[in-house]
Parts: sequence; C-alpha cells; structure tokens
Amino acid sequence: MTQRYSRSGSVRPTRQGSERTIWYLMRLTGLALFVLSLSHFLILHVLYDPKDQTAAFIANVRWSSLFWRANDWLFLTVVIIHAVLGIRIVVGDYLKGRSRTAVMAFFYLLGLSLFAFGTIVVATLPQPPA
Amino acid sequence: MLIRYRGREGMLAWAFHRISGVAIWVFVIFHVIDIFLSGANPSAYDTVLQIYASPIGRMGETLLGAALLYHALNGLRIIVMDFWPVFTRYHRQLWYLNWALFAIVGLPVAFVILKPIFGG
Repeated sequence: MTQRYSRSGSVRPTRQGSERTIWYLMRLTGLALFVLSLSHFLILHVLYDPKDQTAAFIANVRWSSLFWRANDWLFLTVVIIHAVLGIRIVVGDYLKGRSRTAVMAFFYLLGLSLFAFGTIVVATLPQPPA
Repeated sequence: MLIRYRGREGMLAWAFHRISGVAIWVFVIFHVIDIFLSGANPSAYDTVLQIYASPIGRMGETLLGAALLYHALNGLRIIVMDFWPVFTRYHRQLWYLNWALFAIVGLPVAFVILKPIFGG
C-alpha cells in the first residue's frame, strides 16, 4: 500500500524511531525553507542587486537589526539541518556500510563547520554606530 | 529522449530534485565562506561580491535561483503527495503545475538579475 506513494519522496517509515523522526524533520524544515529561502533570495538577489552588497552594506543595512540577524541565523540553522539530512538520503542510496559512515562523517563535520562559521559571523559582526 | 525514458515525469522530477539539492549544497558552502569574510576580511568580501555581480556571476546566480525555485516547488509537491496520498494519482499534473509556477515566478526574476549584463 505505502509503496504506491513513493513516486517522489521516500516512503514514510512505518515503525516509530529515528528514521521516522528524520522523515518528518525533512518535510518540516523543507516547509520552513520554502518561506525562508525564497524570501532571502527575493530580498538579496532581486530587490537588492549584488553590485551594491559590500561588507559595509551587510554591517550597516542587512544586519543593522537584531531581527534580520536572528532571521538569517534561523535560516542558516534550518538549511544545515535540511542539507545534512538530504545528503544523508543521497549518500545512503549509493553507499552502504563503512563507506557510507565515512562519507557521512565528512558531511556531518562539514555541516557543523558551516554552522559554526555562519554563527560566528552573524553573532560577532559589529553593529554600526547608532 | 529523456521524456520517453521509462520513469517519465516522476523519475525526472526526482532526478532534478536531487541535482538541484546538490547544487544548492555547493552554493551554501561558498555563501557561508563569503559571508564569513564580511567580518574577517571586508575587502575580500567586496571582491567576491564583485565577481557575483559580473556577467558570469549573474548567470550563476540565475542558475542558483532556478535550482532553488525548482527544489522549493517540487518539495511542496512531495509534501502534498506524502500527506494527501490521493494526489499521487495526479503527480504528473502537479509536476506540470510546478513548471507553470516556475516560469511565472522565475522568468521575471531572471530578467531582473540578468538585465545589468545588457546595460539595463
């Protein structure tokens, strides 16, 4: 029965457990990213042109308020979760056993590093003088 | 040729979802590094953003937007089919609906991004 519903996504794991939690998490973060990523793209690639986006623009305009810093940090967090869980599906389709574990260890580390670097800059970039 | 493959639309929808997902992964790596530079080395950040604003950068930006928009729309399609299984019967129609929305939203956005290449 469930097999019929596997056209595009993976079938929801029938048994409760981490795989099922991950399945829901993938869809929940995806839904959040529909709003967060498209609004981000609309603001910073359409309303503002990249030629105007200097480091001063980031400090004085984009990240001049706590709201946008928090928004971008939330975006970063949700992106990293969705990206790591997404690549986990891809890797799991092509690799099994120890090679899968090794490649995923790399991606967990990469995801964690990106999260750390993004968090550092969004938290420490100086506010413009009021 | 592609459309006559046995998997047809469902298989293409899946393949594009995977390809766009990996492409967005690559950009996220670049993007976290460049935004980190805005604090660590502001002039290097300005240089990177000039590359993004160049004609080749704008073409890349357009492709990124396309990957993002496709992944977002097809992701919604997956969620709809996962939670309301009756829609799996119309998965092709949903996929074509995605492409209609993709064109309606994506073409004006591509126009705005690419316009400066042609002196606009």
